Amino acid sequence: MSSPGRSSTLRDAVGLGAAVGFYGIAFGAAADAAGLDVWQAMTLSALMFSGASQFALVGVLGAGGSAPAAIGSALLLGTRNTVYGVRLAPLLAPRSALGRAGAAHWVIDETTAMAVAAPDRELGRLAFWATGATIYLGWNAMTLVGALGASGLGGPAAAALNAVVPAAFLALLWPRLTARGSAEPAAQRRVALGGAVVALALTPFVPVGVQVIAAVVAVALAGRPRTAERAA
Amino acid sequence: MSGNTLWVAVVVASVGCYLLKLAGLSVPAAWVEQPWVARVVDFVPAALLAALVAVQAVTTDDRIVVDGRLAGLAVAALALALRAPFIVVIALAGATGAGVHVLAG
Repeated sequence: MSSPGRSSTLRDAVGLGAAVGFYGIAFGAAADAAGLDVWQAMTLSALMFSGASQFALVGVLGAGGSAPAAIGSALLLGTRNTVYGVRLAPLLAPRSALGRAGAAHWVIDETTAMAVAAPDRELGRLAFWATGATIYLGWNAMTLVGALGASGLGGPAAAALNAVVPAAFLALLWPRLTARGSAEPAAQRRVALGGAVVALALTPFVPVGVQVIAAVVAVALAGRPRTAERAA
Repeated sequence: MSGNTLWVAVVVASVGCYLLKLAGLSVPAAWVEQPWVARVVDFVPAALLAALVAVQAVTTDDRIVVDGRLAGLAVAALALALRAPFIVVIALAGATGAGVHVLAG
Protein backbone atom coordinates (compact mmCIF):
# COMPACT_ATOMS: atom_id res chain seq x y z
CA MET A 1 0.00 0.00 0.00
CA SER A 2 1.26 3.45 -0.86
CA SER A 3 1.76 6.20 1.68
CA PRO A 4 0.01 8.80 -0.54
CA GLY A 5 -3.04 6.51 -0.22
CA ARG A 6 -2.71 6.64 3.54
CA SER A 7 -2.29 10.39 3.78
CA SER A 8 -5.16 11.13 1.42
CA THR A 9 -7.38 8.74 3.40
CA LEU A 10 -6.41 10.52 6.62
CA ARG A 11 -6.94 13.94 5.05
CA ASP A 12 -10.43 12.99 3.85
CA ALA A 13 -11.28 11.57 7.27
CA VAL A 14 -10.23 14.72 9.10
CA GLY A 15 -12.04 16.97 6.60
CA LEU A 16 -15.24 14.99 6.99
CA GLY A 17 -14.90 15.01 10.78
CA ALA A 18 -14.60 18.79 10.82
CA ALA A 19 -17.65 19.21 8.57
CA VAL A 20 -19.74 16.82 10.68
CA GLY A 21 -18.74 18.80 13.76
CA PHE A 22 -21.08 21.58 12.65
CA TYR A 23 -23.97 19.13 12.91
CA GLY A 24 -22.79 18.57 16.48
CA ILE A 25 -23.37 22.26 17.30
CA ALA A 26 -26.87 22.04 15.82
CA PHE A 27 -27.54 18.85 17.78
CA GLY A 28 -26.37 20.36 21.07
CA ALA A 29 -28.60 23.37 20.47
CA ALA A 30 -31.57 21.17 19.49
CA ALA A 31 -31.12 19.04 22.61
CA ASP A 32 -31.13 22.15 24.76
CA ALA A 33 -34.24 23.46 23.00
CA ALA A 34 -35.94 20.10 23.67
CA GLY A 35 -35.38 20.47 27.41
CA LEU A 36 -32.42 18.11 27.82
CA ASP A 37 -29.59 19.25 30.04
CA VAL A 38 -25.96 19.39 28.91
CA TRP A 39 -25.18 15.98 30.48
CA GLN A 40 -28.05 14.32 28.63
CA ALA A 41 -26.96 15.86 25.33
CA MET A 42 -23.38 14.73 25.95
CA THR A 43 -24.48 11.22 26.93
CA LEU A 44 -26.36 10.90 23.65
CA SER A 45 -23.38 12.00 21.58
CA ALA A 46 -21.00 9.76 23.51
CA LEU A 47 -23.21 6.65 23.80
CA MET A 48 -25.72 6.75 20.95
CA PHE A 49 -23.34 8.39 18.47
CA SER A 50 -25.67 8.32 15.48
CA GLY A 51 -26.77 11.74 14.28
CA ALA A 52 -30.19 11.07 12.79
CA SER A 53 -31.26 8.91 15.76
CA GLN A 54 -30.08 11.56 18.22
CA PHE A 55 -31.93 14.34 16.38
CA ALA A 56 -35.05 12.15 16.25
CA LEU A 57 -34.96 11.40 19.97
CA VAL A 58 -34.64 15.03 21.02
CA GLY A 59 -37.02 16.18 18.29
CA VAL A 60 -39.82 13.93 19.52
CA LEU A 61 -39.11 14.69 23.20
CA GLY A 62 -38.95 18.43 22.43
CA ALA A 63 -42.31 18.29 20.65
CA GLY A 64 -43.83 16.81 23.82
CA GLY A 65 -43.77 13.17 22.73
CA SER A 66 -43.57 10.26 25.15
CA ALA A 67 -40.34 8.42 25.93
CA PRO A 68 -41.44 5.24 24.05
CA ALA A 69 -42.29 7.26 20.93
CA ALA A 70 -38.92 9.03 21.09
CA ILE A 71 -37.03 5.77 21.65
CA GLY A 72 -38.96 4.09 18.82
CA SER A 73 -38.06 6.85 16.35
CA ALA A 74 -34.39 6.68 17.32
CA LEU A 75 -34.31 2.88 16.98
CA LEU A 76 -36.07 2.88 13.60
CA LEU A 77 -33.48 5.31 12.27
CA GLY A 78 -30.77 3.15 13.87
CA THR A 79 -31.70 0.05 11.84
CA ARG A 80 -29.62 1.21 8.89
CA ASN A 81 -26.50 0.91 11.05
CA THR A 82 -27.26 -2.83 11.30
CA VAL A 83 -27.08 -3.09 7.51
CA TYR A 84 -23.86 -1.04 7.51
CA GLY A 85 -22.42 -3.47 10.06
CA VAL A 86 -23.17 -6.42 7.80
CA ARG A 87 -21.40 -4.62 4.95
CA LEU A 88 -18.41 -3.74 7.14
CA ALA A 89 -17.99 -7.08 8.94
CA PRO A 90 -15.78 -8.75 6.26
CA LEU A 91 -13.73 -5.58 5.85
CA LEU A 92 -13.11 -4.96 9.53
CA ALA A 93 -12.95 -8.67 10.42
CA PRO A 94 -12.63 -7.98 14.16
CA ARG A 95 -10.46 -10.64 15.77
CA SER A 96 -12.03 -10.65 19.24
CA ALA A 97 -15.41 -9.99 20.82
CA LEU A 98 -13.90 -6.89 22.38
CA GLY A 99 -12.65 -5.61 19.03
CA ARG A 100 -16.08 -6.17 17.55
CA ALA A 101 -17.77 -4.39 20.45
CA GLY A 102 -15.44 -1.42 19.98
CA ALA A 103 -15.79 -1.25 16.21
CA ALA A 104 -19.60 -1.47 16.47
CA HIS A 105 -19.79 1.85 18.30
CA TRP A 106 -18.44 3.69 15.26
CA VAL A 107 -20.60 2.01 12.61
CA ILE A 108 -22.41 5.06 11.20
CA ASP A 109 -23.20 6.63 7.80
CA GLU A 110 -19.89 8.43 7.39
CA THR A 111 -17.50 5.69 8.53
CA THR A 112 -19.29 3.16 6.30
CA ALA A 113 -19.22 5.45 3.28
CA MET A 114 -15.50 6.18 3.73
CA ALA A 115 -14.52 2.56 4.42
CA VAL A 116 -16.50 1.12 1.51
CA ALA A 117 -15.15 3.77 -0.90
CA ALA A 118 -11.49 3.06 -0.04
CA PRO A 119 -9.49 1.36 -2.81
CA ASP A 120 -8.38 -1.66 -0.77
CA ARG A 121 -9.12 -3.47 2.46
CA GLU A 122 -6.26 -2.04 4.48
CA LEU A 123 -7.09 1.54 3.47
CA GLY A 124 -10.74 0.75 4.11
CA ARG A 125 -9.91 -0.22 7.65
CA LEU A 126 -7.78 2.90 8.10
CA ALA A 127 -10.61 5.04 6.69
CA PHE A 128 -13.08 3.46 9.13
CA TRP A 129 -10.97 4.08 12.22
CA ALA A 130 -9.65 7.51 11.19
CA THR A 131 -13.10 8.76 10.20
CA GLY A 132 -14.65 7.26 13.32
CA ALA A 133 -12.09 8.84 15.65
CA THR A 134 -12.26 12.28 14.02
CA ILE A 135 -16.03 12.39 13.92
CA TYR A 136 -16.36 11.02 17.45
CA LEU A 137 -14.10 13.74 18.85
CA GLY A 138 -15.58 16.55 16.73
CA TRP A 139 -19.18 15.47 17.28
CA ASN A 140 -18.82 15.28 21.07
CA ALA A 141 -16.86 18.52 21.42
CA MET A 142 -19.29 20.42 19.19
CA THR A 143 -22.32 18.97 21.01
CA LEU A 144 -20.94 20.52 24.17
CA VAL A 145 -20.43 23.86 22.40
CA GLY A 146 -23.98 23.82 21.00
CA ALA A 147 -25.61 22.75 24.27
CA LEU A 148 -23.77 25.35 26.34
CA GLY A 149 -24.21 28.06 23.71
CA ALA A 150 -27.95 27.54 23.42
CA SER A 151 -28.79 27.37 27.12
CA GLY A 152 -30.25 30.55 28.51
CA LEU A 153 -31.32 32.00 25.16
CA GLY A 154 -34.74 33.64 24.93
CA GLY A 155 -36.99 35.61 22.56
CA PRO A 156 -35.63 35.89 19.01
CA ALA A 157 -32.78 33.44 19.76
CA ALA A 158 -35.29 30.79 20.89
CA ALA A 159 -37.31 31.42 17.72
CA ALA A 160 -34.10 30.99 15.71
CA LEU A 161 -33.48 27.68 17.45
CA ASN A 162 -37.03 26.49 16.72
CA ALA A 163 -36.43 27.18 13.04
CA VAL A 164 -33.05 25.42 13.11
CA VAL A 165 -34.45 22.02 14.14
CA PRO A 166 -36.68 21.32 11.08
CA ALA A 167 -33.94 22.76 8.85
CA ALA A 168 -31.43 20.33 10.39
CA PHE A 169 -33.76 17.39 9.64
CA LEU A 170 -34.18 18.66 6.08
CA ALA A 171 -30.39 18.85 5.70
CA LEU A 172 -30.10 15.23 6.90
CA LEU A 173 -32.85 14.17 4.48
CA TRP A 174 -31.78 16.17 1.40
CA PRO A 175 -28.85 14.04 0.14
CA ARG A 176 -31.10 10.95 0.20
CA LEU A 177 -33.44 12.61 -2.29
CA THR A 178 -30.81 13.55 -4.86
CA ALA A 179 -29.20 11.48 -7.58
CA ARG A 180 -25.82 12.10 -5.94
CA GLY A 181 -26.87 10.55 -2.64
CA SER A 182 -29.25 7.79 -3.67
CA ALA A 183 -29.62 5.10 -6.31
CA GLU A 184 -33.36 5.74 -6.57
CA PRO A 185 -33.99 9.42 -5.85
CA ALA A 186 -37.51 9.39 -7.32
CA ALA A 187 -38.62 6.54 -5.04
CA GLN A 188 -36.92 8.21 -2.06
CA ARG A 189 -38.81 11.45 -2.77
CA ARG A 190 -42.08 9.55 -3.02
CA VAL A 191 -41.45 7.90 0.35
CA ALA A 192 -40.38 11.20 1.94
CA LEU A 193 -43.49 13.02 0.72
CA GLY A 194 -45.66 10.12 1.88
CA GLY A 195 -43.98 10.13 5.30
CA ALA A 196 -44.58 13.86 5.74
CA VAL A 197 -48.23 13.58 4.67
CA VAL A 198 -48.92 10.60 6.96
CA ALA A 199 -47.30 12.38 9.92
CA LEU A 200 -49.24 15.62 9.43
CA ALA A 201 -52.53 13.80 8.80
CA LEU A 202 -52.16 11.82 12.04
CA THR A 203 -50.99 14.77 14.16
CA PRO A 204 -54.44 15.77 15.51
CA PHE A 205 -55.36 12.17 16.36
CA VAL A 206 -52.39 10.41 17.95
CA PRO A 207 -50.05 11.22 20.85
CA VAL A 208 -47.12 13.43 19.81
CA GLY A 209 -44.28 11.37 18.36
CA VAL A 210 -46.44 8.41 17.35
CA GLN A 211 -47.15 10.04 13.99
CA VAL A 212 -43.41 10.02 13.27
CA ILE A 213 -43.18 6.26 13.83
CA ALA A 214 -46.40 5.68 11.88
CA ALA A 215 -44.86 7.52 8.93
CA VAL A 216 -42.73 4.44 8.36
CA VAL A 217 -45.70 2.92 6.45
CA ALA A 218 -44.75 5.31 3.63
CA VAL A 219 -41.86 2.94 2.88
CA ALA A 220 -44.47 0.92 1.00
CA LEU A 221 -44.49 3.72 -1.61
CA ALA A 222 -40.96 2.72 -2.61
CA GLY A 223 -42.43 -0.15 -4.59
CA ARG A 224 -40.45 -3.18 -5.63
CA PRO A 225 -36.73 -3.21 -6.35
CA ARG A 226 -35.80 -1.69 -9.69
CA THR A 227 -35.14 -4.97 -11.45
CA ALA A 228 -38.65 -6.15 -10.62
CA GLU A 229 -40.04 -2.75 -11.57
CA ARG A 230 -38.57 -3.09 -15.03
CA ALA A 231 -40.05 -6.54 -15.43
CA ALA A 232 -43.49 -5.38 -14.29
CA MET B 1 -41.25 15.50 31.40
CA SER B 2 -39.13 14.79 34.47
CA GLY B 3 -35.36 14.57 34.37
CA ASN B 4 -35.55 10.89 35.27
CA THR B 5 -37.86 10.09 32.35
CA LEU B 6 -35.50 11.96 30.05
CA TRP B 7 -32.57 9.97 31.38
CA VAL B 8 -34.44 6.69 30.82
CA ALA B 9 -35.17 7.71 27.21
CA VAL B 10 -31.55 8.77 26.67
CA VAL B 11 -30.03 5.58 28.07
CA VAL B 12 -32.52 3.06 26.66
CA ALA B 13 -32.37 4.56 23.16
CA SER B 14 -28.56 4.77 23.30
CA VAL B 15 -28.16 1.13 24.35
CA GLY B 16 -30.72 0.06 21.74
CA CYS B 17 -28.95 1.95 18.96
CA TYR B 18 -25.63 0.43 20.02
CA LEU B 19 -27.09 -3.09 19.96
CA LEU B 20 -28.42 -2.45 16.44
CA LYS B 21 -24.88 -1.57 15.36
CA LEU B 22 -23.38 -4.58 17.14
CA ALA B 23 -25.98 -6.88 15.59
CA GLY B 24 -24.78 -5.87 12.13
CA LEU B 25 -21.23 -7.00 12.89
CA SER B 26 -22.44 -10.17 14.62
CA VAL B 27 -25.35 -11.80 12.78
CA PRO B 28 -24.88 -13.97 9.70
CA ALA B 29 -24.99 -11.71 6.64
CA ALA B 30 -27.74 -13.83 5.07
CA TRP B 31 -30.22 -12.73 7.77
CA VAL B 32 -29.96 -9.10 6.81
CA GLU B 33 -29.17 -9.42 3.14
CA GLN B 34 -32.69 -10.44 2.21
CA PRO B 35 -33.60 -8.06 -0.61
CA TRP B 36 -36.76 -6.86 1.14
CA VAL B 37 -34.94 -6.16 4.41
CA ALA B 38 -32.29 -4.13 2.63
CA ARG B 39 -34.98 -2.26 0.72
CA VAL B 40 -37.09 -1.39 3.76
CA VAL B 41 -34.02 -0.24 5.69
CA ASP B 42 -32.88 1.85 2.73
CA PHE B 43 -36.16 3.77 2.69
CA VAL B 44 -36.92 4.09 6.43
CA PRO B 45 -34.75 7.20 6.89
CA ALA B 46 -36.54 9.12 4.10
CA ALA B 47 -39.97 8.40 5.62
CA LEU B 48 -38.95 9.21 9.18
CA LEU B 49 -36.78 12.25 8.47
CA ALA B 50 -39.49 13.76 6.25
CA ALA B 51 -42.06 13.13 8.99
CA LEU B 52 -39.76 14.86 11.47
CA VAL B 53 -39.26 17.81 9.11
CA ALA B 54 -43.03 18.21 8.78
CA VAL B 55 -43.81 17.73 12.48
CA GLN B 56 -41.04 20.05 13.64
CA ALA B 57 -41.87 22.74 11.09
CA VAL B 58 -45.65 23.08 11.31
CA THR B 59 -47.04 21.37 14.40
CA THR B 60 -47.32 22.39 18.05
CA ASP B 61 -48.74 19.66 20.29
CA ASP B 62 -51.61 18.19 18.25
CA ARG B 63 -52.26 21.22 16.04
CA ILE B 64 -50.93 22.58 12.76
CA VAL B 65 -49.25 25.92 13.50
CA VAL B 66 -47.64 28.06 10.81
CA ASP B 67 -44.97 30.45 12.07
CA GLY B 68 -41.36 31.45 11.46
CA ARG B 69 -40.29 27.80 11.42
CA LEU B 70 -41.95 27.24 8.04
CA ALA B 71 -40.31 30.36 6.60
CA GLY B 72 -36.97 29.12 7.95
CA LEU B 73 -37.58 25.72 6.37
CA ALA B 74 -38.35 27.28 2.98
CA VAL B 75 -35.12 29.28 3.13
CA ALA B 76 -33.21 26.14 4.16
CA ALA B 77 -34.66 24.21 1.21
CA LEU B 78 -33.56 26.97 -1.16
CA ALA B 79 -30.07 26.99 0.36
CA LEU B 80 -29.83 23.20 0.07
CA ALA B 81 -30.95 23.34 -3.56
CA LEU B 82 -28.11 25.82 -4.17
CA ARG B 83 -25.75 23.35 -2.45
CA ALA B 84 -24.92 25.65 0.44
CA PRO B 85 -22.84 24.06 3.22
CA PHE B 86 -24.71 22.77 6.28
CA ILE B 87 -23.66 25.61 8.56
CA VAL B 88 -24.95 28.20 6.06
CA VAL B 89 -28.28 26.34 5.72
CA ILE B 90 -28.70 26.29 9.49
CA ALA B 91 -27.68 29.91 9.99
CA LEU B 92 -30.09 31.13 7.29
CA ALA B 93 -32.97 29.09 8.74
CA GLY B 94 -32.26 30.41 12.23
CA ALA B 95 -31.98 34.01 11.07
CA THR B 96 -35.26 33.68 9.16
CA GLY B 97 -37.04 32.20 12.20
CA ALA B 98 -35.74 35.00 14.43
CA GLY B 99 -36.65 37.62 11.82
CA VAL B 100 -40.25 36.42 11.57
CA HIS B 101 -40.47 36.35 15.36
CA VAL B 102 -39.32 39.97 15.58
CA LEU B 103 -41.55 41.16 12.71
CA ALA B 104 -44.60 39.32 14.04
CA GLY B 105 -43.95 40.86 17.45
